[in-house]
Amino acid sequence: MPAGAGSWSHFPHEADIGLAGSGPTPEAVFEQMATAMTGAITDPALVQLVDRVTVHCEAPDIELLLVEWLNALVFEMATRGLLFGRFEVRIEGNRLDGVAWGETVSRERHQPAVEIKGATYTGLLVRQQEDGAWTARCVVDV
Amino acid sequence: MDLQRLERTSRYEWRIAPHGDMRVPAIIYADEGLIRDMDDKVYEQVSNVATLPGIVSASYAMPDAHWGYGFPIGGVAAFDPQEGGVVSAGGVGFDISCGVRTMLTGLKRADVEPFKEALADALFAAIPAGLGSRGEIRLADDEMTAMLAGGARWAVDRGYGLAADLERIEEGGCMAGAKPEYVSERARQRQTREMGTLGSGNHYLEVQEVVHISDRDTARLFGLAVGEVVIAIHCGSRGLGHQIGTEFLRDMAIEDSRVGLALPDRELACSPIDSPLGRRYLGAMRAAINCAFANRQIVGHLLRQVLGAVLPDATADLLFDVSHNTCKVEEHTIGGRQCRLFVHRKGATRAFGPGHPTLPEKLRAAGQPVFVGGSMGTSSWILAGTAASESCAFSSACHGAGRSMSRHQARRNWRGQDIVEMLARRGTVIRSPSMRGVAEEAPGAYKDVAVVIEATHNAGLARKVAELKPLVCIKG
Repeated sequence: MPAGAGSWSHFPHEADIGLAGSGPTPEAVFEQMATAMTGAITDPALVQLVDRVTVHCEAPDIELLLVEWLNALVFEMATRGLLFGRFEVRIEGNRLDGVAWGETVSRERHQPAVEIKGATYTGLLVRQQEDGAWTARCVVDV
Repeated sequence: MDLQRLERTSRYEWRIAPHGDMRVPAIIYADEGLIRDMDDKVYEQVSNVATLPGIVSASYAMPDAHWGYGFPIGGVAAFDPQEGGVVSAGGVGFDISCGVRTMLTGLKRADVEPFKEALADALFAAIPAGLGSRGEIRLADDEMTAMLAGGARWAVDRGYGLAADLERIEEGGCMAGAKPEYVSERARQRQTREMGTLGSGNHYLEVQEVVHISDRDTARLFGLAVGEVVIAIHCGSRGLGHQIGTEFLRDMAIEDSRVGLALPDRELACSPIDSPLGRRYLGAMRAAINCAFANRQIVGHLLRQVLGAVLPDATADLLFDVSHNTCKVEEHTIGGRQCRLFVHRKGATRAFGPGHPTLPEKLRAAGQPVFVGGSMGTSSWILAGTAASESCAFSSACHGAGRSMSRHQARRNWRGQDIVEMLARRGTVIRSPSMRGVAEEAPGAYKDVAVVIEATHNAGLARKVAELKPLVCIKG
């Protein structure tokens, strides 16, 4: 499912939801993974880009940084009552600066299927392929 | 799962011999069909848990075990602080103290049947469910601290429910050793508007009819009779618990890397019980248990208000409230020696047998009630702890059916509205904010809970008491 540079999908998990993403850069794959997380809740295309939220996080390696990024978005969604449909990520070393655009969740319009409790480390992966492209996988608890 | 990789030690017990870094064997309780259908990931995860420092006896999996994160869902493991034992944030999970409380209405199905639609509407209006719903109760910071220390006792003091409820909740409704000061500002923020809410996913409030009794004496002690109506509430510690799980998982993973503790799965992140981080997690996790107790107490109070308005003859007495995602300090006998162990149950229910001193006096002779949830259209069960369970898996039993199909596949197979209509024809009224959510939670996406119950009963983990059919389900 393309959205910007790269693509995202879900892979089956018995209890929860597996997110997968790919893109030309780590930043692009992080953006795709965030879209995949919204896709676990609702169709990302249904989310209007009204509100803008910035997030900052740090982690000792890129895989933990992906989890930090997703969990920072989970926190913003939970406390602000928002859903996000577009993302922009900058990574420098161990630090991530991100922007997410979205709107207040509408039960009628978005039909949110689940609430994300948190991103897990099970099967967590951020990797550069031989062709230079980046891929990532993460299971989120719902 | 490939049976060749397991040693069958009895009809319902399968052993994985220690290999690699495993410190103890792994034991799965299940019949042959359940074992064959279990994902290989359960084998991997239950074996991984057996590598953790200080694990005692074995790493266990219940008959409903399925692929989780770190621990399998349905995983049980106990750790001895005297042997360098650990506490694992991943071993408890994000939904700390998620559990089930069951309330007795004293009504017959015939009393409820004419009011089912009205009851469903009133419950759906009164009890916030699903993403985007907010509770009416807003807690200021000092009240949040009092709630985290007091659990259901705090809720009763504030007028939510009855003092008589407390003895029917694990730990008397208040988890000792909670340290609200270890609960972060962000965790508190996530809880500000979530007190008295169900949440989403597989959480629910269900009005159920007792359709079959397997153990008359225990059913009498539990107050259950065929044709009577009970109400089950399944929810947990909401955003606060999720945030505590998130933060301590990260802190433990980073600390494990720093000290060079190699783990087969980063999700098994853990800390020694007697370490600063381990103690901080235990204090915060126990505060989250209190949050779950308070949350279910408030939802129970809202339920009573609805019943008072729609079915004024209903009683709404609490049968019991038990969690299935916890780490608890318990005394167990290992090799003839009394040990103080930190028992992790992730998607597994504590199931103390008859005579256990922590059980309420009126239930003590029967053993602890164990609630096993079905899935909207299928039966739920009430079981009771057995004396034999102590020697199986530290007095633990299953907690639910477990999914047989991913959410994605369920959405491809069913439309939410079709499920609602199909269940209505079978006599079950569904209310949910999300038809996509109903499709993902379709009964067909879950394993047959009856098979899990038979295996749990026959393995001696807990004994069958009553089968319940859903009449109304409020799905988060």
